[in-house]
Amino acid sequence: MNETSPTLVVDLGSLGLDDGGTVLLGLALRGVAPGSCVRVVGTREELAIHGAAWCRARGHRLLTSAGPGLAFVVGTADRARWQHARRAGHASRERDGAIARQADPQWGLAARGALVEAGVAPLAFALSDLDELWTDDVPQLYAQAAAAQWDPNTAIPWDCPLTHPGVVEDAIVQIMTYLVENETAALLVPARFLAQIHPHFREVMQLIAIQCADEARHIEVFTRRACLHSQELGTSSAGGQASLRTLVEEPDFAVAMFLLSVLGEGSFLALLWFLHEYAPDEATRAVCRLAAQDEARHVAFGLGHLARHLGMDPGLRPRLIAAVERRHDALAHTAGLNADVFDALVLVAAGEVAPAEIARGWAAVVELEREMDRGRRRRLARLGFDEDSARALSELHTKNFM
Amino acid sequence: MTNDTVLLGAVAYDPKVVTIWEGFRAFFADHGLDFDAVLFTNYERQVAAHLRGDFDVAWNSPLAWLQLERVAAKLGRRACAIAMRDSDRDLTSVIVTRASDGPSDLEGLRGQTIAVGAADSPQATLIPLEHLRAAGLKPGRDVEVRRFDVLVGKHGDHIGGERDAARALIAGEVAAACMIDGNHLLFAREGVLPTGSTRILAQTAPYDHCNFSVLDDAADRPAMRRFVELLLGMSYADPTVRPLMDLEGLKAWQPGRTEGYAQLARAIDAFGTIDGFVALQLARLRR
Repeated sequence: MNETSPTLVVDLGSLGLDDGGTVLLGLALRGVAPGSCVRVVGTREELAIHGAAWCRARGHRLLTSAGPGLAFVVGTADRARWQHARRAGHASRERDGAIARQADPQWGLAARGALVEAGVAPLAFALSDLDELWTDDVPQLYAQAAAAQWDPNTAIPWDCPLTHPGVVEDAIVQIMTYLVENETAALLVPARFLAQIHPHFREVMQLIAIQCADEARHIEVFTRRACLHSQELGTSSAGGQASLRTLVEEPDFAVAMFLLSVLGEGSFLALLWFLHEYAPDEATRAVCRLAAQDEARHVAFGLGHLARHLGMDPGLRPRLIAAVERRHDALAHTAGLNADVFDALVLVAAGEVAPAEIARGWAAVVELEREMDRGRRRRLARLGFDEDSARALSELHTKNFM
Repeated sequence: MTNDTVLLGAVAYDPKVVTIWEGFRAFFADHGLDFDAVLFTNYERQVAAHLRGDFDVAWNSPLAWLQLERVAAKLGRRACAIAMRDSDRDLTSVIVTRASDGPSDLEGLRGQTIAVGAADSPQATLIPLEHLRAAGLKPGRDVEVRRFDVLVGKHGDHIGGERDAARALIAGEVAAACMIDGNHLLFAREGVLPTGSTRILAQTAPYDHCNFSVLDDAADRPAMRRFVELLLGMSYADPTVRPLMDLEGLKAWQPGRTEGYAQLARAIDAFGTIDGFVALQLARLRR
């Protein structure tokens, strides 16, 4: 090979470098070694002029640019750009080494599996350790979540008849007001951590993003249910907000997800199924059922990644215990659950204001709180807490349920 | 200035200039060379400061190079181009018309209006107008010149003037427009000159663009030799400098050469472009 006998001839035909010829040239040059001589021919009048400018910009050495085309010697720049590039794992989880234990800040926002040019300015993500984030269920949970998305407009029978007494409707409004407040916390807590997760763990990022979207939908349907027949919402108590504030302000991902998903949303599962059982109308029943199905996934992810994390990091368990105790102490001088909410739950379970029904409703709410406690202890046991620890931690959980 | 420092003068034609020279400063520091830069808003002030000895080496436009070289020569001093980008070599400019209704040759521009870039742009004004003059079309007499004076003093480094000239062509305001060959491609991609909407009437002879310029025996100083050595050794494969090279538009640094400025020299002789500047500097420096 020498400079007068090209190793490659590229015929662009009627295509110019100003309407796509550079794409064909790029394809043709793939794998062509620097130093090779390339001739480009075509019928476009400006080919030689544009070709010379293109060579200059790409670092190729022009030999001739006249007549029907140009000839050039392939430069080193295209190859040099990728010389120190590294693959950011692999897109497929099945491949060995697909997911790194520690994601590299220099991978930045690159897709997992992309070939990343060296020199990317590091993008620091606080959560970049596999052990802090991963559970093998994540892909499956994400797939379930993506498939289970429902349309608030069509999934709820908003025009169902409401035949229950006004006082029960007022109770529903109060409960929905409370649910909106709690679901707002359940949206903000994962949302705060979402931007801290290294995108290398994309399944976790996607799952938490969809969890936020779930909560956004819950906020919508609870609000819409509250407003079906009411102009005004119910009350928001200082004690309830104090409890949620300790969640929203928790800076540690594992602790926050433990308090929110395992203890809080776990308790809410029981609450939502309780409301589904005693709902006085089909719309309330539907919003509670759909929200409970979503919350079950949130709880499953919390349990899954915390179980794995606890197995990897022996220091995590005492941190979780200390967090529950700290939260309990912080809330010791607050009122806990909004009294209006407790009364509203009794009224909804009673269905009417006759004393016998109220007593039945009261008993049902007391049983609900017992069921919440049993659920928390079951989930704590799944995380490896012994029976005494689980009982103690469950008792210390906030009276605000979430 | 000290003997082991290299102080550069550069014109801030764009905010990215700060990024570029700050980045190169770090590169040179990593290689043990004390390098720094002073920025000017225009090449005339930079050339004057260079002649006064305010810094060691200038990153000069081709016009600034000729300004420096000519004043230096009249003072019995010597200017030298020590390095340039690979992309500074063998540029051409093109004179472009509308494909639909433009003239078929340069002669067809007689009596018409031609759009150019800033008054001091070698590539979009001076060299294309010299090409026309050499072809028998005297600017101002045989063709009317409409200038798009974006950031005069920056010698056309800012391509806004070229782009505005291209827009005027497409808008039917002028019969032809002047630009660097590469910008004819760029403007097609940007949609300013849609593919097929224009035809190249003429292409100038090749010319060179920017260079690092020094005066007298500055090139022989050890620090300056090291500066050139590090420049020429800079590799596009090095991820620490590649973004800077991309910003500055090069793949490799090359040794300086001055043969490529003859065409521009003929243009400024014909149009008297820098006569006033040269006279003013001589008067000041001889005072």
